[in-house]
Amino acid sequence: MRGRMSSPRLSTACAAVLRRDLTLAWRRRGDIVMPVLYALIVVTLFPFALGPEEALLQRIAGGVVLVTMLLAMLLALDAMFRGDIEDGSLEQLMLSPQPLALMLGTKILAHWITTALPLIVIAPLLAAMLHLPTAVMPVLLYALLLATPLLSLLGAVLVALTAGTRRSGMLLALMLLPLCVPVVIFAAGAVAAAQQGLPWLAPIAWLGAALVMALVLAPLACAAALRIALDA
Amino acid sequence: MTSFSWDHFLAMGGYAAYVWPAYAVFFVVLVADYLSPGLRRRRNLRELRGRLARQAARQQRNPSSP
Amino acid sequence: MANWIPLWVHKLSSPPNFYRFAGALRPWALVLALLLGAIALYGGLVLAPADYQQGDAYRIIFIHVPCAWMGLFIYGVMAVASFITLVWRIKLAEVVAMESAPIGAAFTFITLVTGSLWGKPMWGTWWTWDARLTSELVLLFLYLGVIGLYHSFEDRRQGARAAAFLAIIGIINVPIVHFSVNWWNTLHQGSTIRILGPSKISGDMLWPLLTMMVATKCYYVASLFGRVRTDLLAMESGKDWVRQIAESAQEGRR
Repeated sequence: MRGRMSSPRLSTACAAVLRRDLTLAWRRRGDIVMPVLYALIVVTLFPFALGPEEALLQRIAGGVVLVTMLLAMLLALDAMFRGDIEDGSLEQLMLSPQPLALMLGTKILAHWITTALPLIVIAPLLAAMLHLPTAVMPVLLYALLLATPLLSLLGAVLVALTAGTRRSGMLLALMLLPLCVPVVIFAAGAVAAAQQGLPWLAPIAWLGAALVMALVLAPLACAAALRIALDA
Repeated sequence: MTSFSWDHFLAMGGYAAYVWPAYAVFFVVLVADYLSPGLRRRRNLRELRGRLARQAARQQRNPSSP
Repeated sequence: MANWIPLWVHKLSSPPNFYRFAGALRPWALVLALLLGAIALYGGLVLAPADYQQGDAYRIIFIHVPCAWMGLFIYGVMAVASFITLVWRIKLAEVVAMESAPIGAAFTFITLVTGSLWGKPMWGTWWTWDARLTSELVLLFLYLGVIGLYHSFEDRRQGARAAAFLAIIGIINVPIVHFSVNWWNTLHQGSTIRILGPSKISGDMLWPLLTMMVATKCYYVASLFGRVRTDLLAMESGKDWVRQIAESAQEGRR
């Protein structure tokens, strides 16, 4: 890489990073299936623990699906930058002429596509297993479509902060909890409001506003955190 | 105000089981917090003295090396 | 470093100077804290009359509320010190930020436990998912996250900077959590139990409360300075001034 000639344009670089990450994820398809399987197992356990009574399951369905998604994403979060730190490609990225925040944003997008998107696809199935009314299903999907990228973005900042440490799984959960409280409240609140026949647009709008904020700020924070955590 | 009696004071109007544990937690946690750096400090200094002593011993054995 | 900062700040923020300054000030802060604390407890436990609604159980307020204030105040101090850490990389600011975290966590923990002990006779339950209680619990998790992140790094200064970053994210998060938890409480009505009474607090109850608030501030200074001194010694263990302290401490023991 030297001179202006060989430094590629921004969009090309982003596309390359995205393609590389998706290819790597596709080569390890088993890892993509794992969070989905995990969510399925957790949701299956609830009727066994609480009894098969339909009214009760209906009442908790939205919350259970959201918390399950959150836990499944937490499971995959740890691995977001691990491979790239181990093979040194993250340091290459930090040295590259393109803005680091943008590259990291692309990586977060790739991570969201490979972990959250499969979860969203099976979310209606999970919700149906708990008898969530069909009329509420679209609200659940809106909530998930806004909440999961928000969690990916917030999680990425924390993963970047723990990049230089050995053990990080439990610590990551501890650090993410305060940040995900508002996300869970508004996402589950929208579903609960829709179920009770109340207006549900306000919490969805709050989630949307938070997502826009996070889309701008989180990649920058992620880049700053990575620089702190990796240079001694 | 009526005259002060210890029994009355300790009974806390029937709420002694809540008031006194609350104050106990307050004092125990703060005392533990206050004393903890002292222990750490003593351990650090002991380690440092050990390191200095080893360094001095090494220098006595072969004074030429730094 | 920026040259608009007065010279005495530079001098004070050098580790050996601050070590001596903190050592000189610390006993006075502790004495003041104990004195004011004793006055406040006498005023609160003996002089103040029992509450007409809550009887004597309300006397937990004299530690509960000052501790709750300290939990937030120390988080603020930690965030400011964290900001200074990240911008100017002053060693002292790192130490102040990181050593404030356990003290703040201790105060937040006391707030939760005393609140629970107060709630049992008043509300009939140890815990309720009230907006204030929930926010306080989230605050404790924020503190624990900062402490955990700091200790997971092998290099202390790097850990301090990472944890400082987390502390700043946290302080942006605190109002958002508060707002969302309030909204959540209005959505799920029925789980809220209003605290009885203390909206119109009488003078005999107010002055012990305020005195205790000052006492906890003094205690914070005393505890923080003790912790900072310890940390500075550990950080600068290769320097001459630390070596002198180590040797004189040994002399003193004999």
